[in-house]
Amino acid sequence: MNWFINGEFKDPKAAILGDSGSKMWFTCWDEISNFSFKIHHQYYQFIGSKRVCKSWWRKLLFSWVIGWTLASVWIFCCICSHATEKRKETLASMCDERARMLQDQFNVSMNHIQAMSILISTFHHGKTPSAIDQRTFARYTERTAFERPLTSGVAYAVRVLHSEREQFERQQGWTIKRMYTLEPSPIQEEYAPVIFAQDIVSHVVSLDMLSGKEDCENVLRARRSGKGVLTAPFRLLKTNRLGVILTFAVYKRDLPSNATPNERIQATDGYLGGVFDIESLVEKLLQQLSSKQTILVNVFDTSNQSYPISMYGSNASTDGLEHVSHLNFGDPFRKHEMRCRFKQKPPWPLLAISTSIGILVIALLVGHIFYATVNRIAKVEDDCHKMMVLKKQAEAADVAKSQFLATVSHEIRTPMNGVLGMLDMLMDTDLDVTQLDYVRTAQASGKALVALINEVLDQAKIESGKLELEEVQFDLRAILDDVLSLFSGKSQDKGVELAVYISDRVPEMLIGDPGRFRQIITNLMGNSIKFTEKGHILVTVHLVEEVIDSIEVETECSSKNTLSGFPVADRRQSWKGFRTFGPEGTMHPFSDRINLIVSVEDTGEGIPPEAQPRVFTPFMQVGPSISRTHGGTGIGLSISKCLVGLMNGEIGFVSIPKVGSTFTFTAVFASGSSSSKEYKSQQINRQSNSVSTEFHGMKALVLDPRPVRAKVSTYHIQRLGIHVEVVSDWKQGLSIINRGNNVIHMVLIEQEVWDRDLNSLGLFINNLEKIGHGTPPKVFLLSNSINSSRENTATGAYDLTIISKPLRASMLAASLQRAMGIGNKGNPHNGELPSLSLRNLLLGRKILIVDDNNVNLKVAAGALRKYGADVVSATRGIEAIELLTPPHQFDACFMDIQMPEMDGFEATRRIRDVEQNINNCIQFGELSVDACNNVSNWHVPILAMTADVIQATHEQCLRTASAMAFFGVNKFRFFPTGAFVFGCRVYIESYA
Amino acid sequence: MDLVQLQRQLVNYRTSLYHEGFLDEQFTQLQELQDENNPDFVVEVVSLFFEDSERLLNELSKALEQQIIDFKRMDARVHQLKGSSSSIGAQRVRQLCVIFRNYCEAQNVEGCLKCLQQVKHEYSIVKTKLESMFQLEQQILNAGGSIPV
Repeated sequence: MNWFINGEFKDPKAAILGDSGSKMWFTCWDEISNFSFKIHHQYYQFIGSKRVCKSWWRKLLFSWVIGWTLASVWIFCCICSHATEKRKETLASMCDERARMLQDQFNVSMNHIQAMSILISTFHHGKTPSAIDQRTFARYTERTAFERPLTSGVAYAVRVLHSEREQFERQQGWTIKRMYTLEPSPIQEEYAPVIFAQDIVSHVVSLDMLSGKEDCENVLRARRSGKGVLTAPFRLLKTNRLGVILTFAVYKRDLPSNATPNERIQATDGYLGGVFDIESLVEKLLQQLSSKQTILVNVFDTSNQSYPISMYGSNASTDGLEHVSHLNFGDPFRKHEMRCRFKQKPPWPLLAISTSIGILVIALLVGHIFYATVNRIAKVEDDCHKMMVLKKQAEAADVAKSQFLATVSHEIRTPMNGVLGMLDMLMDTDLDVTQLDYVRTAQASGKALVALINEVLDQAKIESGKLELEEVQFDLRAILDDVLSLFSGKSQDKGVELAVYISDRVPEMLIGDPGRFRQIITNLMGNSIKFTEKGHILVTVHLVEEVIDSIEVETECSSKNTLSGFPVADRRQSWKGFRTFGPEGTMHPFSDRINLIVSVEDTGEGIPPEAQPRVFTPFMQVGPSISRTHGGTGIGLSISKCLVGLMNGEIGFVSIPKVGSTFTFTAVFASGSSSSKEYKSQQINRQSNSVSTEFHGMKALVLDPRPVRAKVSTYHIQRLGIHVEVVSDWKQGLSIINRGNNVIHMVLIEQEVWDRDLNSLGLFINNLEKIGHGTPPKVFLLSNSINSSRENTATGAYDLTIISKPLRASMLAASLQRAMGIGNKGNPHNGELPSLSLRNLLLGRKILIVDDNNVNLKVAAGALRKYGADVVSATRGIEAIELLTPPHQFDACFMDIQMPEMDGFEATRRIRDVEQNINNCIQFGELSVDACNNVSNWHVPILAMTADVIQATHEQCLRTASAMAFFGVNKFRFFPTGAFVFGCRVYIESYA
Repeated sequence: MDLVQLQRQLVNYRTSLYHEGFLDEQFTQLQELQDENNPDFVVEVVSLFFEDSERLLNELSKALEQQIIDFKRMDARVHQLKGSSSSIGAQRVRQLCVIFRNYCEAQNVEGCLKCLQQVKHEYSIVKTKLESMFQLEQQILNAGGSIPV
């Protein structure tokens, strides 16, 4: 790879220096780098335009592949040409080497022949008589043949003029013959008969060299130039092989080197010729050299350029690489050359092929990786995008589901109210036992359904994040009294003691959402009631600061010291994990935030440890059998947890199986002062406020050995403004009364004490009556359940009043009033309203009906009169306002919503304004209460009449001037006996 | 015998009114409201309905003859008619009023005219039916009988 990169980067440089074709490549490279720069540039603007980028990636990829394909081709060519070059060089060097050697050897032979010519000149012509004859010559030449490896034969011919022919022939004993024909030579000017010859060529003796064309030319040229002269190659006489003849002239005397040809001719004595067998010569030579196999050698005589005569070598095809080396055999007239070729075709350029293919493959792989990566990224991005869309859809679907649930449950709730109301009314009619049972069952189911729907609605609201808390002023104690009354029946049935204790330090008025707070308490208490068969359920409310302060102090709280004497789970364990109590718990003692801590403690069966972790998970119950035996959906606790969370609090619990559970939660409220008019005070306040004045200054004695229970009793009694003293047995109590400096108005005895020592208490009561500081104290028995038989047997003898638990301020007050004869005339709407029939409810009530439609007015009036109501009719909103301006005598008003001129909403709004004004005037003393029929808080219930059951109307009703009641029923359908009147009943009850 | 026949006739007549859909249970409830303290309650209410309806129908006819029709006012009138007709249980009139109101909302003059005719027609039918029923009741009372429930 490294090599590859290096090569890659060297290549362009080489290309610039080298051939012109690569310039193009370079520009291409330039363009590519330019291009990639652009892409980089593009990349940074990437996020905006994915599409554009995608096309850029494709282009880049394409050019990458093309570029690398070109590059690999180029590399292939490059390496190939390198190889060819090298091959050429090799060939050239080999060829030159051969040519040089051939030339050298030839020269050696030639030199020797020249030496021989000198020998002949010295010993044949220089001596008289000649020292050489044919035999001597033959022997000599034979023995010195090794010196002339290339010559196959040497012969010497003398120059004989015609004048000397006869003498010569005589002297030699043969006649001069012509060559080829071997006939006696015709008469010529001169002859050159061979006189000496090597044995191999002894057949040429006596032949006239001048008679052969080649030889003659050669001889003439040799004696003119004085150098060795070569013939053109020809077929040798005997061997029929290609050969050349080298001829040297032998001169009579030494001639200067600048002698003229004529002088040379004159001085010529004879001619020495050697036959060179070129073929064998070259053959031998090549055998000496290695790598004979690799190259083919051809030797040509190129004296005639257009017809080169082959001297050696096969006439193989001349294509392919060829190298030509010039040979110089010393004859300027003749030119020879050696042509070399490689025997084999050049081998496949495997290196080049493998290299370029390798590069290509790598480039393609890189391209593929790139492509795959880009594709993958694109795919992942697409997937991610899809996921986002799907996620949004899912979330939207979830919200839609919650909204749907919310809407649907709301819509179900409305008619269910009708159903329940009808059932309620049905129970008022004359029914036999079976029918009553059916109706009860139906009603119970209906109530369960409504409860379930409410829970589902809450859950849906919480899930869709629609749940918002109210910020109104409310009385915590009143709410807890309310919840107590809700569960009192059940607890009395089961014989479970129910109690509420609220610390004195908790302010009277708080600002928050009373409904939701109540819901949490109801839920926790409902669970407790469900699972508790004996013992007690205790709700305690403290300030968080108070609990923190007392954590160290409250160590004496033993398991025996509980409300009912049954052991309980230690509630301190339940808030162990709370942040508020941790080191980082933020407490603002000076802010107006009220941190409440509420515990609900029961002695029920507890939660099994394995089920404890999922207690707050929706729809998870302890076991499947639970819902069968105890009912419920299992979302109550999860809703409670959410609500507590909304109140900036925490919820926790501790539970010991077979001992009980304690749930504790904290909640943050604002402190509300009762004088503040910013918040609409709850109607319910009237109840507790009105009773609190009557018993001021009184004293009570509570006889109870159990401190916790006594504390609860004390709390409730003190709320009525009564001073309380607690004693643990009757003797103590008696001593207090006997002290005599303060009058005890009432004595409250716990039933447990009563049951235990009935006789001594009888004595005690008798004593009380005897003491007689004026009126003797009233004696009350605090009883867990109303048991008539006990009342008869045990208490009948004494002047006792039984107060059934759970204690509540209003109920307690009512009991005390009854027993002590304190009137409550000023408060007509007292405490619990008995379940009266409709007639009782409406009898004597003064009711105003407002409707623009005469017929409707008449019908409605008729319906209400039927139930004994005193009906006044009005046809216009203005009239209604006049009639309802305090002081007036109306108990309720039924208002049509749709009226010309002034609709029901507007009329109601104005009526509320007028009422508010009057109330303010009374408050600030500008108006005397007497002038207003002794009513200090004017708020006449106004009921909307409409056939419209849609949600919007309901909401508008709620918005309009605090509570215009809306009962989503068709007023005409149900008018005289139906839910309309039921609605009015519910409304009046809830406002009574 | 005459009285018994009259009473049977009344019951049959009344049943047919329910069956043919001129009246619904609202009328029954209306009758339930009538007692000895209020012996003429139904007749009073129904005659009030007649007065009211005739006035409203007249006003509607006039309104529709106007060059510029005040649909909003017409709608209010029809709403009133619808309210009173459903109060006495004149079902058919009420149903027509619902359609009529739709036309008013759509400001469809032709539809309104058509509807008005139909309402008038239905109204006159229900009026005659109720009147003849009251006549029958009167006859029974005159004959010294009681009106069967």
